[in-house]
Amino acid sequence: MTDTPSFQANRWRRFDDWDARALRLDKFAVEDPENGFSAFEGAADPEPSLDIVDGRIEVMDGIPATDFDMIDSFVAAYHLDPEIAAEAMAMPSQTLARMLVDMNVPREELTRLARGLTPAKLAEVVAQLNAMELAFAYSKMRARSTPGNQAHVTNAKDDPLQLAADAAVAVALGFDEIETTMRVAQNSWANALACCIGSAVGQAGTLFQCSSEEAEELQIGMAGFTSYAETVSVYGTESAFVDGDDTPWSKAWLAAAYASRGIKMRCTSGAAAELLMGFHEAKSLLYLEARCLCLQRGMGAQGTQNGGIDGAPLAGSMPGGVRELLAENLLAVWLDLECASGNDARHSESDMRVGAKILPYLIAGSDLICSGFGSILKYDNSFNPSSFNGEELEEFLVLQRDFEADGGLRTIDGSSALALRRQAIDALSFVLKDLELAEVDETMKQSVAVASGSKETQTLDSRVITEISRRVAERGITILDVMRALHRGGFRQEVENLLFLLKLRLSGDYLQTSAVVREGRVLSAVNDPNRYQGPGTGYRPSAARRKELADIRDVLNREDVLRFEATLESAEQARIEYRHMGQASPGTDRSEVVVGISPGLGTKFFQTLAGHPLSTLLQTLKRGIEDAGGVMRVVRFAHTADTSFLGLSAARLSGSGIGIGLQSKGTAVIHHRDRLPHNNLEIFSNAPITMLAHYHALGANAAAYAHGDSPAPIFVTGDGEALGARFHARVALIYAIETAMTYDEAVPEEIALHFKEPAHD
Amino acid sequence: MTDRDFSAADYPIAERRPETVRGARGKTLDDLNIEAVAQGELEMEDLRITPQALLRQASIARSAGRAALADNFERAAEMTSLPQDEVMRIYELLRPGRSRGKQDLLDAAETLRRQFHAPQLAGFVEQAAAVYEKRGLFRRRY
Repeated sequence: MTDTPSFQANRWRRFDDWDARALRLDKFAVEDPENGFSAFEGAADPEPSLDIVDGRIEVMDGIPATDFDMIDSFVAAYHLDPEIAAEAMAMPSQTLARMLVDMNVPREELTRLARGLTPAKLAEVVAQLNAMELAFAYSKMRARSTPGNQAHVTNAKDDPLQLAADAAVAVALGFDEIETTMRVAQNSWANALACCIGSAVGQAGTLFQCSSEEAEELQIGMAGFTSYAETVSVYGTESAFVDGDDTPWSKAWLAAAYASRGIKMRCTSGAAAELLMGFHEAKSLLYLEARCLCLQRGMGAQGTQNGGIDGAPLAGSMPGGVRELLAENLLAVWLDLECASGNDARHSESDMRVGAKILPYLIAGSDLICSGFGSILKYDNSFNPSSFNGEELEEFLVLQRDFEADGGLRTIDGSSALALRRQAIDALSFVLKDLELAEVDETMKQSVAVASGSKETQTLDSRVITEISRRVAERGITILDVMRALHRGGFRQEVENLLFLLKLRLSGDYLQTSAVVREGRVLSAVNDPNRYQGPGTGYRPSAARRKELADIRDVLNREDVLRFEATLESAEQARIEYRHMGQASPGTDRSEVVVGISPGLGTKFFQTLAGHPLSTLLQTLKRGIEDAGGVMRVVRFAHTADTSFLGLSAARLSGSGIGIGLQSKGTAVIHHRDRLPHNNLEIFSNAPITMLAHYHALGANAAAYAHGDSPAPIFVTGDGEALGARFHARVALIYAIETAMTYDEAVPEEIALHFKEPAHD
Repeated sequence: MTDRDFSAADYPIAERRPETVRGARGKTLDDLNIEAVAQGELEMEDLRITPQALLRQASIARSAGRAALADNFERAAEMTSLPQDEVMRIYELLRPGRSRGKQDLLDAAETLRRQFHAPQLAGFVEQAAAVYEKRGLFRRRY
């Protein structure tokens, strides 16, 4: 840096640093209840109320029955249970709020009361909970005990080969459900075919949906390709609903239609949808969502996908917006609905905001923590990037491990990932050929198998993909045709896996609330109910699951550390010899600097954390001492492995009273014989960023102290790297090994260094 | 044992009461095997859920305290007898602005009641007709 810095500025430059953060790409909105920008307190939110006369609802939330809009009418007819309403509505909101966080109040009692509460009352109750209480109540109230997760499987080319491969990987990662959608609407049947086959590779039971136009989605389901749907969107104002081209009755009709075809269905709603559509009626996000959720329960949907969804970034722009997302998820589970709790549309550019947002869901657990975790790269996510995507998958795995919280996922190793991808591609390619849909060559297969994302693939032409989709639809190809083709190709296991899921359709077991399939069994709120009642109850990872959560990639152990060091040993032996000269005695040379080395230095460990061979380090140190007119003497200690005590012990043996303590990982200290152990002259504690020039200067300074001079201390500066995270596991293992080599009666040993090759910089 | 006798104790039916499960053409779970697939003995009808299965799930849902879900399964049980085109035709009529007036929906309800023996669906559509009239939802939008 030769430029002369300019001090001309009209603001503190820290603001420049802040401006450069990804966070500043997020735009925040001022609270403005009149215009719909309010998470909890809309300008026109009604006071909770309910008047029932002769079993008929006369007034609900301040609105007389004669003025009910279609949402009020539906909620009054299908959600509110008049037999419970009088009791439930009479309870103070604070009492209900406290019951939600009281582990002694059973979940069933609260879900019973919810059937008698109006939207405004429900909203008023959950609004009383702070973020921690919301997460706790969510954990207590969610319907199924075992948490799960859902993946997005899409790509920017609608490439069926990649869809199949990515679906197989998503299954292996542990996702309970996978959801696809298209860039080009016409490709829906090709997407469905590809994901369906991919999801049957490796294991059976992963539910699959193809998000498409309502009528087509139902047809794809009836052809047997998909097993669930979650595109049945509902809205909290009548105008928004009509703008969405539906009514509560048309959506409820669809709910029954999916069930009548044996297909699992959940609704979609979430904060800020009405605001985005321009029909918010000056109501808060939470109140409008409470209306949506009462509708969904009333129409007999088993569950919901809520918590912002597409509106999450807008909700996140408001004060309390992220707390509101938690509150609306809590409302869903309080109403006894399965909850796919959002965390799909990425609400922020800031990784830190995203990480903070996921935490309550991860530690509370959720039926589906993400209603769309991008199992593919961000640019391949056709729904738009999720909170977590292929890029951040390992971060999620580590968060599970950190908190011992079950986020539904597990690690996948490189070789099985590739094998699964190849199997899925081979299976799909065979079906495409067998059913005369397309020909796939070996280059395409291999390029997709190894590709991280669609930018790297050399695959089917986009016109061919559209043609595949058109032919599947026109020829009325069903899952039976696909299974027969797979059977002809020898993909017997994949046929078994597909058949397993189709057979589940007949019993209807996975239509019940919060149903997923785990290890060949349907788990739902019926046979795996959440019965949390305080510590020691509710969902706890089993010993096997805990082990799975801990099993991430590249975990160090003591053997790994020693094995790595052993690979360096022969190279070091070619460069240096540590000659044992017997017990070391106190020196008399006033210019000497004694270097006290640790027990493992050069015997078990051969390079510093910064990667310098210890031979080079010692040669550099020697040159530094000699360049400043000193003499280096080396002594090995085995009574301690601690830098400070190595340094002080060395100083006590030194004719000048100056010693250097040196650990094998490169940590060093300059000490004086009259100082207290931890009150050294200079310390070099950041071995990973300590360069040879620093060791040279360290040697020179030690020699200067020996001459009675006061040299300028050396600063080892870094860029603020999180060195602890990078090195501490290794450091602790190295230090533990060295400490185990120490013994009380050890005497200092004089070492003569013999360098076998010339010094180099 | 009738469909209404099923409760949470019989759930999952495929695990606890597999012998009671049938496809729409009467095939058992054991009949649905890989050899049957390979030999082309199966049709999509064999993989269709029956009204009985839906009524059993309704009964299970009710026993677990989920009456609204049970009602939906009961509507779905009625809907199994509707061909896909009819399901979509009535869905379309229920969307805003699709019916010209209340009578379209009342006619649909009548069809559901008489032709498909679906009284719950019929009542449901009639209720929609009343609300749509009150809220002016028959207005054409495009």
